[in-house]
Amino acid sequence: MTADALLPEIDEVSRPFWEGAAAGELRMQACGRCHALRFPPRPVCPRCNSFEVEWRTMSGRGRVWSFVVPHPPLLPAFMAVAPYNVVVVELEEDPLLRLVGNLVEAPGAPINSVDPATIRIGEPVRVAFHQVGDVALPVWVRASP
Amino acid sequence: MIKDRTAIAGIGQTAFAKSLPGSELEMACQAIKAALDDAAIAPQEVDALCSFTMEQPFVEQEVARNLGLGDITFFSQVGYGGGAGCATVGHAALAVASGQARVAVAWRSRKRGAAASRPWSQVSRRVSGTAAWSRPWGLLRPVDEIAMLARRYMHEYGASRDQLANAALAFRKHANRNPAALMHDKPLTRDQYLSARWISEPLCLFDNCLETDGAVACVVVPAERAVDGAHPPVYVHAFAQGLNQQHETMTNYHGQDPLMGPGWACSRALWRGADFGPDDVKVAQIYDAFSPLIPLSLEGYGFCGRGEGAAFTEHGNIEWPDGRLPVNTSGGGMSEAYVHGFNLVAEGVRQMRGTSTSQVEGADTCLVTSGEGVPTSALLLRR
Ligand SMILES: [Zn+2]
Repeated sequence: MTADALLPEIDEVSRPFWEGAAAGELRMQACGRCHALRFPPRPVCPRCNSFEVEWRTMSGRGRVWSFVVPHPPLLPAFMAVAPYNVVVVELEEDPLLRLVGNLVEAPGAPINSVDPATIRIGEPVRVAFHQVGDVALPVWVRASP
Repeated sequence: MIKDRTAIAGIGQTAFAKSLPGSELEMACQAIKAALDDAAIAPQEVDALCSFTMEQPFVEQEVARNLGLGDITFFSQVGYGGGAGCATVGHAALAVASGQARVAVAWRSRKRGAAASRPWSQVSRRVSGTAAWSRPWGLLRPVDEIAMLARRYMHEYGASRDQLANAALAFRKHANRNPAALMHDKPLTRDQYLSARWISEPLCLFDNCLETDGAVACVVVPAERAVDGAHPPVYVHAFAQGLNQQHETMTNYHGQDPLMGPGWACSRALWRGADFGPDDVKVAQIYDAFSPLIPLSLEGYGFCGRGEGAAFTEHGNIEWPDGRLPVNTSGGGMSEAYVHGFNLVAEGVRQMRGTSTSQVEGADTCLVTSGEGVPTSALLLRR
């Protein structure tokens, strides 16, 4: 699916996230002054308005907050693997940090590898990384509770 | 304050169809001309234009040049697609109430019947902005983004597909009574709903709005002028916009409570500006690009408590003629036409005039909302 996959445009603000992913780490942006975590990355802390930024490596553990199972019509890259799942995962460090991803059977497995009927809101997951072109996309595998 | 100081004096629309000839501009001009004729106001009198940012570039100038409008002294545009409809009418009302303008026109014209015109199918291979955090994993279409909230809503509050079906079936029944509706001749049964193909689980085909070509317009004038108009005046009683804290349009997964969308902020401001409350509303036109927006909006605008919106749809509660709150009496976006919710404004006006094809008896107040899930807006109309 690499040929016509959709990849994120990486900019100054988001680059540390993607560099972390390439290194196999889930890094989250935090305020350099009050240290509040925030996602998606942005230039200013909504809590104290500091422009100072730091990046912290997360445990990579979280829970399924919600999920959907898209069916066609879809873009060509996703048509071939539909139906597949898309999950939103809330992170262990702060459940307000919610990331869109896919639940896969094992690192490197396709996004339709998990039977959607078995996915449960609240089930524990841990991060894995899926290389697509020049980007490592965080995806999720099941974790023991 | 704008309370009752302006009124909608005219409404106009094109036909609604899967495919119509002519450009969006041509359709806009048709609808605006029809609305001006309905109000018995000459195009030369128009001095304000309020539109969606999704209209074509330079749209005010093109509309003005084509229809021979007068000097335009107020023009504004509102963003966020389906969230903009009521706001364009609200801006028109603000312009007229403040004396910036005397005859304001608001409209939406949209050609979306053709699949190739859908914006989600036109993304480039590198996605930027908030979409960079969702599209790469295959969360592609508006329906996928709302289905994510719908699944969570169903989980938290025990809402069922049967309850989502209540909205789809109610609006279809209303459309079956409305000759202008795309689905006028097509009844829908619960079995058809439950056996329809998935689009994005937990949402099926009939949880989605139509894709339509069409345009709708309305004319806003000072209340005192409307009294002498061609129709009974329909007062703009209150208007609000809403962009709540930490909201992210469509992929609203990051705030404190993603199930409390912009409608909640809009609702608080709307009721603050009104002389009546949700219990006094006789009929509502609620933005319905997707069925889950109905329970979410019923809660947000105060017709029921948190998590009670899905159950509110039971026992024919949102159906004409006997429901506690008939909703989308022309068929709404799901069964009349999807004109970015602007057809809901026209239906609100017809209800206040007493001319709806599913007229709610004694209806003297109507809520009209724009899209929940995006920065939004709402109107309270009264007779
Ligand atoms: Zn801070």
